[in-house]
Amino acid sequence: MLRGISFDIAHMLAGFLVLASFLMLYQDRLYALLNVLALHAFILALSVAWQAHIQHAPHLFITAIIALGFKAMLIPWALRKIVFRLGIHREIEAVGGIGLTMLAGIALVALSLEVMLPVTAHTDPVAREDIALALSVVLIGLLTMVTRRNAVSQIVGFMSLENGIILAATGARGMPLVVEISVAFSVLVAFIVVGIFLFRIRERFDSVDVGAIDLHRGGRQ
Amino acid sequence: MMPDLVSGVLFVPLIAAAILAAIPAYRLSAILNVVASMISLAFALLLLVADRPGPGNLLFVDDLNIVFIVLNSFVGFTTSVFSASYIAHELEIGRLTPFHLRFYHAMYQLMLFGMNLALTANNIGLMWVAVELATLTTVVMVGLYRTPAALEAAWKYFILGSVGIALALFGTILVYLAARPVIGEGMDAMVWTTLAGHAKDFDPSLLNIAFVFLLLGYGTKVGLAPLHAWLPDAHAEGPTPISAVLSGLLLNVALYALLRFKILLAGNPLSIAPGPLMVGLGLLSLIFAAFMLYRRRDIKRMFAYSSIEHMGIIVFAFGMAGPLGNFAGLMQMTMHSLTKSAIFFTVGHIVQVKRTQWMTEMGGLTTSHPLLGWGLVAGVAAIAGLPPFGVFMSEFLVVSSTFAREPILAGLLVFGLLLSFGALLLRLTDVAFGPVKGLAGPVDASTIPLFVHLGIVLTAGIWLPPMVVAWFQHVAEMLG
Repeated sequence: MLRGISFDIAHMLAGFLVLASFLMLYQDRLYALLNVLALHAFILALSVAWQAHIQHAPHLFITAIIALGFKAMLIPWALRKIVFRLGIHREIEAVGGIGLTMLAGIALVALSLEVMLPVTAHTDPVAREDIALALSVVLIGLLTMVTRRNAVSQIVGFMSLENGIILAATGARGMPLVVEISVAFSVLVAFIVVGIFLFRIRERFDSVDVGAIDLHRGGRQ
Repeated sequence: MMPDLVSGVLFVPLIAAAILAAIPAYRLSAILNVVASMISLAFALLLLVADRPGPGNLLFVDDLNIVFIVLNSFVGFTTSVFSASYIAHELEIGRLTPFHLRFYHAMYQLMLFGMNLALTANNIGLMWVAVELATLTTVVMVGLYRTPAALEAAWKYFILGSVGIALALFGTILVYLAARPVIGEGMDAMVWTTLAGHAKDFDPSLLNIAFVFLLLGYGTKVGLAPLHAWLPDAHAEGPTPISAVLSGLLLNVALYALLRFKILLAGNPLSIAPGPLMVGLGLLSLIFAAFMLYRRRDIKRMFAYSSIEHMGIIVFAFGMAGPLGNFAGLMQMTMHSLTKSAIFFTVGHIVQVKRTQWMTEMGGLTTSHPLLGWGLVAGVAAIAGLPPFGVFMSEFLVVSSTFAREPILAGLLVFGLLLSFGALLLRLTDVAFGPVKGLAGPVDASTIPLFVHLGIVLTAGIWLPPMVVAWFQHVAEMLG
C-alpha cells in the first residue's frame, strides 16, 4: 500500500511538471515566463528529491539541490537581471497563435504516451509513467524553443527540455552518472547564459532577439 | 603499459590546456600548442602498436576507436601547425588580440581532450559528457571573432547542438532502461562492452526508440541533412583552423558515437535494422548539399556544404553495411578528414590574402599565389572524387558495392556525386584560374601540413599498405 502511495506521488510530481510546461507555452511576458521557469525547476527538485527518497539513493539529493538552487533560483534571477539591464522587450513574440501551440502541445503529450507506454510495459511502473511524462516535457520544451523568437525564451525552452531529461534520468532506477550529467547540463546552461552569449551580446547588440541577429547576415550565402 | 598510453592521449591535452590558459605570451603558446599536439599524436601511435589488455569500466581501446584516435590526433597536430601561422597573421591585422589567443589555445587543447575522451570512453554516459565538452569548446571558438555574424553562428550552433545532445542523452537513458533488466542496476548497464555482449537479450522496442533519439541527437552533430543548419555558419564564421577541425574531427566523433549504438542494434535480431534509416538520411544529405553547393558565394560556406555532402556519403556507406560498405565508409571518412582539413588550410591563407570570403572577389590564384592556388586545385580535385586521389577510390567502393545490392540507390548516389562534382569544379575554375582578381599581397603561409595531407590522400589512392587494408577489413567486420 505504501508502495502505491509513493508511486502516486512520483507520478503526480511528474504530471505537475508537464502542467508547468504547458504554462510556459502560453506566457506572453518575459518576467512571467521566468517565474514559470522557476516553478518548473522547483517541481523538478521536488520530484528528484522524492525519487531519491523512494529509491534510497542519497546521491540524487545532490541533483535535487542543484535543481533547486541553480535552476529554480540563480538562473531565473540572472535572466531577470539580464532582461532588465539589456532592456529587452518584455513581451514575447511568438510564432503562431497560442491556441494552436497549446493544441500542438496536447498532441505531443498524446504522442509520447502512445509511443512510450507500450514500449516500457516491462520495466518497473515508476519508470514506466515517468519516462512517458518526461518525454512529454522534452517535446513541449522543443515546441517552446521553436515557437519563440526571443533568445531568452529559447534558453528557457531549452532548460525545460533539460528538466525533462533529468526527470527521465532520475526515474530510471539506479542509473549511474545522473549527478554528473546534471552538473554537466548546469555547466552548459551557466556557460551560455552568463558567459559568451550575454557578455558578447552586450558588446555588440542592442537586442537579443535572434531575428535581429539574422539581419546582420546581410544575405551572406 | 596500456592504461598509461590511454591516459597519455587524455592527460597531455588536458594539462596542456591548463598551462596554455596561464601563459600570456602568444608565440610561446602557439609553439606549446604544436608540441602538446605532437606528444598526443605520439601517444596515439604508440597505442596503435602496443598490446591492448581488456577494457576498463570507463575507458577502453579497440580496433574501431583506434582508427578514430589516430586520425584525430594526426589532424589535431597538423592543424595546430597550420594554426600557428594563421593566428600570427590574424594578430598582425588586429582581428584577434593576445588575450583571445590565450583563450583560443587553451580551448583548442580542451577540445582535443573532449574528443579523445569521447573516443576512448567505454561508458555511454561518459561518452555523452565528452561530446558535450567538445561541442562547448567549439561553440566558444566559433564565436571568437565576435562579429555579429560570428555570434549568430555560435548561437545557432549552441542551440541546435544542445538540443541534439539533449536528445542523444534521452536515447542514452532509454538504452540504460533496456539494459537494466538484463544486466542489473548500476554502472555495468552503461559500460559499452558489457552492453554489446548482452545486446541480444534487450527489449527490442525500447532499443528501437532509443536509436531514433540517438540518430537524431548525434546526427545533428554529424550534420545530417534536416539537422545541419548550424554547420555552414559555424564553419564560415569561426577561425579557419576551427573549420578544419570541425569538418575533419568533430563530425567524425559524433559519427563514432552513432556507430557504437548501431553495433548494439545489430547485435539484437528483433530490433529494427538501423541501416535503412542511415541510408535515407545519408542520401538526403548528399543530394541536398549537392544542390546547395551551386548557390554558394562564400568559400568557407561552400566547403562546409561539401562536408555535409561527404558525411552523407559516409553515413550512407555505413548504413549499407556489410564488409564492403563498412570498409568504404571507413576509407571515405579517413580520406574526407584529411582532404577537407587540407582544403581549409589553403582556404584560410587565401582568405587572409584576399581579405574576403566571397568567391566573386577572387580569381587567378594559380597565377598570383602558385603554391596556394595549386594546393587548392589539388584539394578540390581530391574532394570532388577525381582519380588518382583516395576519395575517388573510396567513393568508387561505395558506388560499386551499392550497385551490386541496390541499383536504384546507387543511381541516386551517383547523381548526387556528379552534381556536387560539377558545382565544385565550376567554382574552382573561377577562383583558381583566369585573370587575377582582388588583393594579391604576399602571405606567410605554412604549406607543409597541406601537402602532407594531400600526399597521404594521393598515396592512399594509388597504393594502400596491406597492413592498413587488413586493419580496416577487420574493423569493417566488427561493424557488421
